[in-house]
Parts: sequence; structure tokens; C-alpha cells
Amino acid sequence: MRLTLNVWRQKGPSDKGGFEKHSLSDVSPDSSFLEMLDVLNEQLIEQGKEPIAFDHDCREGICGTCGMVINGMAHGPQQLTTTCQLHMRKFKDGDEIWIEPWRAKAFPVLKDLVVDRGSFDRIIQAGGYISVNTGSAPDANEILVPKTEADRAMDAAACIGCGACVAACPNASAMLFTSAKIAHLGLVPQGQPERYSRARNMVAQMDAEGFGGCTNHGECEAVCPKGITLENIARMNRDFVKGMFIARQEPKAQA
Amino acid sequence: MAQRNDELRDNAPSGPIETAWDRHRFDMKLVNPANKRKFDVIVVGTGLAGGAAAATLGELGYNVKAFCYQDSPRRAHSIAAQGGINAAKNYQGDGDSIYRLFYDTVKGGDYRSRERNVYRLAQISVDIIDQCAAQGVPFAREYGGTLTNRSFGGAQVSRTFYARGQTGQQLLLGAYQALERQINAGTVKMYPRTEMLELIVVDGRARGIVTRDMVTGKVEAHLAHAVILGTGGYGNVFYLSTNAKGCNVTASWRAHRKGAFFANPCYTQIHPTCIPVSGDHQSKLTLMSESLRNDGRVWVPKKKEDTGKKPSQIPEADRDYYLERKYPAFGNLVPRDIASRNAKDVCDEGRGVGPGGLGVYLDFADAIERLGKKAIEERYGNLFEMYERITDEDPYEVPMRIYPAVHYTMGGLWVDYNLMSNLPGLFVIGEANFSDHGANRLGASALMQGLADGYFVVPYTLGNYLWSERTDQKPVAADHPEVKKAVADVEARTTKLLSINGKRSVDSFHRELGKLMWDKCGMARNEAGLKEALARIPALRAEFWENLRVPGTGAELNQSLEKAGRVADFLELAELFAKDALHRRESAGGHFREESQTPEGEALRDDENFSYVAAWEFNGVGEEPTLHKEQLDFEYVKLTQRSYK
Ligand SMILES: Cc1cc2nc3c(=O)[nH]c(=O)nc-3n(C[C@H](O)[C@H](O)[C@H](O)COP(=O)(O)OP(=O)(O)OC[C@H]3O[C@@H](n4cnc5c(N)ncnc54)[C@H](O)[C@@H]3O)c2cc1C
Ligand code: SF4
Ligand code: FES
Repeated sequence: MRLTLNVWRQKGPSDKGGFEKHSLSDVSPDSSFLEMLDVLNEQLIEQGKEPIAFDHDCREGICGTCGMVINGMAHGPQQLTTTCQLHMRKFKDGDEIWIEPWRAKAFPVLKDLVVDRGSFDRIIQAGGYISVNTGSAPDANEILVPKTEADRAMDAAACIGCGACVAACPNASAMLFTSAKIAHLGLVPQGQPERYSRARNMVAQMDAEGFGGCTNHGECEAVCPKGITLENIARMNRDFVKGMFIARQEPKAQA
Repeated sequence: MAQRNDELRDNAPSGPIETAWDRHRFDMKLVNPANKRKFDVIVVGTGLAGGAAAATLGELGYNVKAFCYQDSPRRAHSIAAQGGINAAKNYQGDGDSIYRLFYDTVKGGDYRSRERNVYRLAQISVDIIDQCAAQGVPFAREYGGTLTNRSFGGAQVSRTFYARGQTGQQLLLGAYQALERQINAGTVKMYPRTEMLELIVVDGRARGIVTRDMVTGKVEAHLAHAVILGTGGYGNVFYLSTNAKGCNVTASWRAHRKGAFFANPCYTQIHPTCIPVSGDHQSKLTLMSESLRNDGRVWVPKKKEDTGKKPSQIPEADRDYYLERKYPAFGNLVPRDIASRNAKDVCDEGRGVGPGGLGVYLDFADAIERLGKKAIEERYGNLFEMYERITDEDPYEVPMRIYPAVHYTMGGLWVDYNLMSNLPGLFVIGEANFSDHGANRLGASALMQGLADGYFVVPYTLGNYLWSERTDQKPVAADHPEVKKAVADVEARTTKLLSINGKRSVDSFHRELGKLMWDKCGMARNEAGLKEALARIPALRAEFWENLRVPGTGAELNQSLEKAGRVADFLELAELFAKDALHRRESAGGHFREESQTPEGEALRDDENFSYVAAWEFNGVGEEPTLHKEQLDFEYVKLTQRSYK
């Protein structure tokens, strides 16, 4: 396959950045999108130029490291697929492809296609866990979890933290990501004691990071490589409201 | 080869094995809560092992600094584990026990692991499941709400816990969340996108590390009372492997260069069920979880002529279900090394399928007929989707094609029973150490070991070290000569890599090294091939240092520079790897020496001469390393020729 690529280049966070055009011939349709970029990078190094910086690690669609906007779509044209699992057979010979980083205030560009998603970690820090110290757990079968609940928790827990939902949202909202964790932990019995404070604290952190609000575009769900559904956002909103209500009831001394 | 007589001591407690860990825990010194925060601990690597350790040490009150090269600890390579985690819970009542898990692991490792470590691992396995369930890990459940299990290669009981095909992901997220909780509490300071490039040793003790900030390029020293490495395995020395692209040996290798012994580097696991290579662009290999062998049947055509035919055109009578035929007791569930070697053998005979004849079928037709498509989808849905995305073939309709690939490294830094290396103050956990799997790891046992080390072993043994040897751990000044030297060494190396200005990219060297390793040190090894590797590796290394091209500077995000540092270390490790493989003239587990096989072509051990751990001491690049031996004694498990017939 022959391809024309327009790739976003940006030296650092304060650089303005812009597209750079490259052409590639002899791309194997069996190669992945990132393997295609590897070939381009080898070509650039040979020409004495700097290769394109992009994030990746597992190349199996599970670590959530990779991510770029391809022809305007986060992770590219194939549904339920991360950039690293997208294969070139999904493109046609002679195609022109536009490649950009995630764009969101809360995800500053570090270089070329690499962004800083530290804000996601800070949302988890605010409460995305069950507070249990090592060694203090009861026998695992003492707490029964109905299979249907466990399955639904697993559906939500499948989020890989890639940030495509934010990149696709016109408001750069992180609601899908945040709600997936709130739903996962809120669905299992072990997560009940902190359920409402968790929702309250994680949402507060999400807002503090500069992510936008949700105005029901549904773009996030459409690009999510792991099929995280909007249902989680509804659930998060319910838990959040209840969390705010409980917070108001609590005596000030505890707040 | 230089050889010394002083044998390495494992420091394991003697007496009955069943109570060894309990007694050891009782004998160990405790650090009282008020004193814990006076100790600084560095944890490099926040995968299952390092993440679990950092979180637990933070909970206990130590001052922890944790490091990883990804942008978040949630992305460590552990995330990719699919199949599951073993534990001797015996929830299925099918005859499992701690003793059986212990026995299976020692046998599966082809009798090259330390009994007392393995027994402890089997004991702790049950606590891991409790801990993870309490963290909210969504393990698979029965309709009644209890945990469910599956069986996995090398075991006849059903003891593997799983979370769909994403067990590693869910366990890692559990550890990650526990870690984030401690970061929030202020007990752990996390340094993502920060790579360890040197170990700092003062007065014979590990006292810190030198890191490079991968965004700004800043090189910095971090000092502590102890250093824990949980930096994963070195399978990427083969370039193509199932490991994440960034997996590397640098942290371990830098420690090795500073005096830590490297044990059994040649013990590599080649996983039987991976998607075959599709072309020159291939950058990594993808594993199809071994759990697939529960329901998939492995076969190739009986006749060479049939390899070009569509599988549906090959009648039952012309198919060779070679694992079921050769190993009736275990069938498709034989241990990994056996399954891999058999795949290689049938392909070498010319009966392989797919591009280049390097593949065998893994067929689900019978299982789909027996259990229905829905049940298969429930068990393996995401794996089947992944397979289809990569190959463009639908495994519900046509059998999968699989081929072995490098997957896991049993070798690693040598540690004693306390998981401390021969360098006091340097602890090594998870895949980075050599400890529990001997010459071959059983499926679903790496997650178990990583979490056992991180949650339940190192928090105790580290405390004991910190307290009992506290008077020897004098404060180290930031301008101590050893600190300044380590920082200067890192800076000099970076400058050197950037200034060679040759013609070849890092990847081209890495690919060449990988191919050499796969051809000469891969699934089957022999003296002539290993000697050839030992001649070619130093030459390639010399070319690397003369002809490498790394664009850009050191003071910015520079992925070529990161890779160059890692490949430089792989080029040194590769030589030790081949040396170790050459010196071990027996076959054991994942190390198959063609000269040492039974008449049926199975791996043949030489217990009389090789029942030891080979721990190598670094004497300089290209210099002969010194071999130290830790003799392995088997008091409980009887040594036999492994048989899965
Ligand atoms: C595809 C696949 C599937 C698997 N499936 C299973 C399974 O089903 N069951 C099972 O038991 N095992 C499985 N394994 C094996 C298992 O996943 C690994 O052995 C285990 O997760 C390793 O964990 P770890 O914590 O030791 O290392 P890793 O998870 O590899 O973590 C290493 C950490 O070290 C950091 N690091 C590395 N080098 C540096 C450096 N120089 N500086 C700073 N940080 C550094 C990394 O950032 C990372 O945080 C699988 C492996 C693969 C490849
Ligand atoms: S919700 Fe989906 S798109 Fe968003 S971070 Fe998680 S996996 Fe990525
Ligand atoms: S590189 Fe891991 S999800 Fe794409």
C-alpha cells in the first residue's frame, strides 16, 4: 500500500506545533497502525531526521498507553479497537491519513503525539479504590457476589484509561472514564461503604482538573475501545447526588 | 570459566517445611510504627510485584518513592496477563492443597527451584485471592456468588482464578488503586515516566538509584535505606516476544554490574499459543491465553501435502492431534515447554500450517459443538476478537493458527529466601528475580508470585533487614563520591549514545540481536550454535557502539535514546545468556540442549552435575564472569524424570 500521512509535530508543551507531510510506499496491510509508524520512523532516522514521538507499550489493546486521533476519530475508524490493534487493511491503497494527539486542556501535549494524562491518576487518587490494607481481608468466599453483578462490575472495570473518551468529547469531559471506576467499585459489595463519598470526591477532582461537563453527545461511548457504556454516567450522577446529600447531613466536625 | 567454591547460601529456615515461613516471620525483627517513617525505601517498577510492595510498604508507614517508565503505574506489563492466577484454595473440592500446588510447581519447574521458597509461595497463594477480592477485583463467579476456577497447563486440578481474559489487568488495577490510595495519603511519592539507569552502592549496600526524567531529560540521584527492584523480565532480548515494547533488563543489569549476581539467565519460557509472525514489519508477538488449551485441540495434518489445504478440507482421519496422541494423561494441557517443543518438531517435519509453515492449528470446533458458541464466547470472547483483529480470520469458523513465542524469563537477579540479592539492601521481586519457577514456570503462577512477593513477603523481610542492620546504614550525603560517580556515569553514557552519529537505528540492532538469540538460544540449543552466538554477540555490540544513530538531544523526550540505553544492556546480557546456556550441558524445563534428550526426545536432566542455581558475578564487559553455585537440595519432592504421558 502507498499512503500519504499528515502527522502532528510539536517540540514541547509550549511549542505551537503543526502538521508535517510524509509519504510511505510498501506498507503491508497486515501491519498494525503503529507498525506502519515504526516504518516511517525508521525512514526518518535514515534521513537524519527526528522520529515521531508516540506513546505505546503493550501493543495488545490492554495497557491504554497508545492513542491518537486518526482522520478525526480517536483511535481511528474501527470500532472497539485501540490504535495499536488497528490494522492497515482497514485503509485503502493511496489513502491520505491525518494523525493528531488527544486534544484537551487536561491532557497537555508533551511532544508530537504524546500527551500527559496524569489527571486520570489524580482522579483515581481522589477515591478510586476500596480502602483495605494488605493482610486484613476475610476469606474470599465469605462475601458472595451474584454472577450478574460481578459481570456488570467487570464490564465497567474493563476501562483501560486511554483517554479516547476525553479526546472525542466536544467538551473534553472525563465522565465516561470516571464513571467506569465509580460503577465498577459501586457494583460490588466490597465497595459499598465508600460508595457515595467515592463518587463525590472523584467528581470533584475531575472538575478540578479542568475536564468539561457532559452534554450527552455520546461521542465518548462511540470511540471507547472497551465498550464502556453511557449507563455508567447515569449511575455516577445518581451516586454523586446521593453523596452530596449525605455530605450535607454529616455534622461539620467530620467533614 | 572461572569457578569458586564458596557456595551461595539461601538463608532459608531449616526444620519442617510446613512451618518454615511462620517460624521465620516470628524470628524476624519488627520495626515499630513510629520508626517506620524514618526509613526511606525506593521501589523501582510498579507492576504487580512493585505496585503491591509500594502500596503495602506505604500502608505500613514507610517513606516510599516508586518509579516506572510508563506514564502511569496502571500500564505496567502485568496488565497484559490474560489467563489467571493460581491459588491452593481447593474451592472446587477436587483434591487441591498447598502441598499439591507446591509439588506441581517444583515438578513443573523441572526440579530447578528452591523447595522452601516454592512452599511459601503455595501457602501465600490463598491470602492473595482474599486480598484481591477485598479490593474489588471482579473475579469470575458461579451463579451462587462464589468464586469459580478453571484448569491451566501442567495441573490436574482446577485452581486458577480469573477475571474474564483480563486477569492481569484486574489484579494490576487492584494494586494500582491501593498504590494511588497511598499516594493520596502521602506515604508514597510516585515518579512516572522516570527510568532507573544506575544503582548506587555505598559501603557494599544498595543505597539509591540514578534516574532520568523521560520528559525533561533531568538526571537525578535518589537515596534510601533500601532499594527494591520489581522491574520485570528480559524476554525482549529476543526483540520479538509477547512482552510490552518497553520491557527491559536495564534496572537488573545495572544492579548486576554493581555486584548483584544474575541467576540462570538461560531459563526462558517459550509460550506455545501465540499468533504466528505475519511479516518483516512485526514489532511484537501476541499471546493467545493458554487457557484456550482447555477447550481447543491442537493439530496439524498428518501428511505434508495437506498443509496447503484449507483445514475444513482435511478429514478427521488425516489430522494428527499430536499432543493427545503422545501425552494421553495431559493431552492438550501439557506444560508449556513440552507443548512448544512439539509444535517446533511438527513444523520442522514440514507439517506446519500458515505463512512459512510456522504454525499449528488450535481448533474449537468440538468445544463449540459440545458447549455451544455462547459458552465459548463467554470464556474466550475477547481473545477471539483480538485474534480476528490481528489475523482477519474468525476462530469460531476456522481453527486458530498458533506458534510458540518468547514469553517469560525464569532467570533473573539471584535472591535468598528473604528476596534479598547478594548485595545487602537490594531486594528483587516479581519476574525480575530468579526465584520460584526453576527452569519452567507453570501457567498462572507469575501473577501469584509477583503478588506474593509484593504484598506478603518483602514487607516482612525488608523490615527485618532495616531494623536488624540499622546501625550499618549511615546517612549517605548527596555529594558522597559514589553518588556523584553514579550520576556522572549516567550522564557520560547518555552523551556517548548521542554522539556516535553512525548509520544504523537502534531498532535495526535490536532486531538483529533478537534474530540471533532466537536462532541460537531459542527453543532448542546446542554447543555449536551457542558458540557461534558467543562469537557474534560481542561483534554486534562493538558495531553498536561505533555505528549507532540516535537523533535528538538528551534534554527532551527522546524515545530513540531510551531504546538505545536498553538495547546496550541487552547486548551485554545476551552474552551472559549464551554463556549460561552453554555451560548448562543438561536440558531442564525451558532450556533444551539437543545433546541431552531421552530417546523419545524429551528434555533430559543431569541431576548429578547440574542440580544447582548458576549465579554469575560480573567482572567487566567482555570479561569472564565468575560462576557461583547454590546447590539445590530436595527433601520433600522426589526427583523424577518429568512425565506427562
Ligand atoms: C501476554 C502475557 C500474558 C501473561 N499471562 C499470564 C497469566 O495468565 N498468568 C500469569 O501468572 N502470568 C502471566 N504472564 C506473566 C506475568 O504477566 C508477568 O510475569 C508479571 O506480570 C510480571 O510482573 P512484574 O511486576 O514482575 O513486572 P512488570 O509488570 O513487567 O512490571 C515492571 C515494572 O517495572 C518498571 N520498569 C522496568 N524497567 C524500569 C526502569 N529501568 N526504570 C524504572 N522502571 C522500570 C515498569 O515501568 C513496570 O512498572 C503473562 C505475560 C505476558 C507477556
Ligand atoms: S472509558 Fe473507554 S475511552 Fe475512556 S479511558 Fe476508559 S477505555 Fe478509554
Ligand atoms: S499500546 Fe497498549 S493499548 Fe495500545
